[in-house]
Amino acid sequence: MRNLFKRLLKNPGGLIGVVILIIAVIIAVAGPWLFPNSPWRMVQRPFVPPFTLAAVPLGTDALGRDVFAGLIYGARVSLLVGLVSTLVALIVGVPLGAMAGYFGGRIDDALMRFTEFFQTIPSFALAIVLVAILQPSIYSIVGAIAIVSWPPVARLVRGEVLSLRTREYVQAAIVTGQSHSWIIWREILPNALSPVIVLASLMVATAILLESSLSFLGLGDPNLISWGYMVGAGRTVIRQAWWITVFPGLAILVAVLGLNLIGEGLNDVLNPRLRKDSR
Amino acid sequence: MLKAISLSLLLSCSFGATAWAQEPKMGGWINAVIQPEPPGLMLAQIQNGPTQMVSGNIYEGLLRYSKTLEPLPGLAESWSVSDDAKTYTFKLKSGVTWHDGKPFTSADVLFSIEMLKQTHGRARTNLVQLDKVETPDDTTVVFKLTQPFGPFLGIFEVGSMPMVPKHLYEGTDYKTNPNNNTPIGTGPFMFKEWKKGSFIQLVKNPNYHVKGKPYIDGIYWQIIPDAAARSVAFETGKVDVLPGGSVENFDVPRLSKVKGACITGEGWEFFSPLAWMWLNNRAGPTANKKVRQAIMYAVDREFAKDVIWNGLGKVATGPSASTIKFYTDDVPKYPFDPAKAKALLKEAGYKGEKVRLMPLPYGETWQRWGEAVKQNLIDVGFNIETIATDVPGSNQKIGDWDYDIAFTYLYQYGDPALGVARNYISSNIAKGQVFNNVEGYSNPEVDRLFAEGANATPDSKRKELYEKAQKILVEDVPVAWLLELQFPTITNCKIKNLITTGIGVNDGFRDAWIDK
Repeated sequence: MRNLFKRLLKNPGGLIGVVILIIAVIIAVAGPWLFPNSPWRMVQRPFVPPFTLAAVPLGTDALGRDVFAGLIYGARVSLLVGLVSTLVALIVGVPLGAMAGYFGGRIDDALMRFTEFFQTIPSFALAIVLVAILQPSIYSIVGAIAIVSWPPVARLVRGEVLSLRTREYVQAAIVTGQSHSWIIWREILPNALSPVIVLASLMVATAILLESSLSFLGLGDPNLISWGYMVGAGRTVIRQAWWITVFPGLAILVAVLGLNLIGEGLNDVLNPRLRKDSR
Repeated sequence: MLKAISLSLLLSCSFGATAWAQEPKMGGWINAVIQPEPPGLMLAQIQNGPTQMVSGNIYEGLLRYSKTLEPLPGLAESWSVSDDAKTYTFKLKSGVTWHDGKPFTSADVLFSIEMLKQTHGRARTNLVQLDKVETPDDTTVVFKLTQPFGPFLGIFEVGSMPMVPKHLYEGTDYKTNPNNNTPIGTGPFMFKEWKKGSFIQLVKNPNYHVKGKPYIDGIYWQIIPDAAARSVAFETGKVDVLPGGSVENFDVPRLSKVKGACITGEGWEFFSPLAWMWLNNRAGPTANKKVRQAIMYAVDREFAKDVIWNGLGKVATGPSASTIKFYTDDVPKYPFDPAKAKALLKEAGYKGEKVRLMPLPYGETWQRWGEAVKQNLIDVGFNIETIATDVPGSNQKIGDWDYDIAFTYLYQYGDPALGVARNYISSNIAKGQVFNNVEGYSNPEVDRLFAEGANATPDSKRKELYEKAQKILVEDVPVAWLLELQFPTITNCKIKNLITTGIGVNDGFRDAWIDK
């Protein structure tokens, strides 16, 4: 793994992505110590343009709240939602896909039909419905995003497992009488991991976008500030005050771009054929 | 705030001064926005805001009300009250006809009252004290009451008691009567066409009973679902009238600066929308009077007025808006004072229990208001959790008393007996309904004052009772009063005399004319 990280840093896109992600994580973790004031607090007169007052470097919104503080605290919510919902999606998707691919037959059929059931519903529409029914809160948002993002994981893992299952070392393990779970966890999954890691890094980016879209529509957790909420709330006054929407919009762009670069970089690094070419 | 000042300057000078000076000109069409699209136009059955706005041109009531809420002649040209205040005699205008040519008579009034008692919730409550109605001749209607009812002359506005044609509705099923789709009234404009999702067209009534009126040829009520598109339609001149509430608040300052735009806050005196927060008096921290008072001190209402409502409106002093009869500001005052709020919370023994706050899901303005109030409350030590809901969810939670603090606003209809008492008397506590005494406040003394106030004569006696009730209520803080709302009407300045009464746009465009 350490080797993998080193190789990722040698990939120019991957390097930029990692730098962006590290900065975002530092902001999210240390932000509240640097800015103890709640981002909801009305600190100045409304609609202060950016770069005019040192106390509110990026200006204030329609209620006089500090846009910069909103960005800092918003990073927490965006990253948290992105990581946790991806983790939940992996916890659901990986075992399902692995079982479907390994056992095949009826189990495969049943699990894949179940997966398709979720895949046939447009994911964003399903997320909106789930959050609206459960009342918007950080838990319902994470849950909804996880529910709409696990099916691709399951399908990917199934495909990998299907091909690995026929390898000789797996056959050998079966012949020596290893248990199914041991074979799946120790023989197959470690070898199926690379594409899952790539997918996961892209899923974090997608989850951040989904959370922003939900918040933009007013379905965010009303007790937590997030970038999507800031864009949504500022959208209505965009003709008077562009900065309220533009800065959080840029934050979303940069964060999603960073994660995508990492995903691309990982893909390059983990793909054996590409690796040879790049050397 | 500069914005607020310039806006109020506009308010005071644009209407009034210039509007009356010129001779009205005939002809032309007015394009007005209606938001949202009304569910129907049969005013006796549907009383949604947009229905009242459109149908106020088609139907008429017996009386209209000035900006100071004095009754003005409508379909009734004069009226008198007996000495015991139990008999009201109305003289109807003669020569009034329905849009289909049939004459309007006292029989229509009698029928309308019978029909409204079945179809119109507020009319039914307003008429509880009505004993019987007599019609000695075609142009006389006599109302006999069981006991004196002070606000009786205040219940004849078109939205509260529209006159409906007996010859079209008698003996039919009101709900399915085909005339509901092609409403027939006595008003200055006649229904022509309703293209769903696009526009409602009304044309001039050539036989209108006020000679020479209306001045304009007709009205197009444009249906434009998107708020930003409504603003743009006004800016580009596609529509001339934006009635109160049809654009978002933050667009108001920008639109009022559009060349040739006039803005007024007038025309809502009869309704006097008052915004407050329900405080659950039954359970949780808000059951404690000191906590409720702390909320009043903690919330910066001037800020809300200046920033969230762009300087429009007025900080409320108590349960009555200042435009309502018998209003008094001689009550305990709650200025913005966080230190005092903190002290009260300490006295009350509040220890950071979670308090749920439910903003009104009516769009951006209300969301921002909820966020500002939440921050105010957190600043004095409350532990606030915002609950996000949609309109049905909010109504259900409030009706089931499942809330701690919840935003609302209600109309007050000119008289404390019609629009104020309902939210504070204990006989009006009924689970499952939204606009009654949902806070669960119960005070026998207040009950008595409101009950006597409704039936006392003369007005000086009523004034005394209601002023006493207001003082007690403001001391007890059953709900946290916020603002007297003002919904500005924005018009193209060439449209004159649009708003002439306290009912505003809902009173129809009978006096409006276009300066070409």
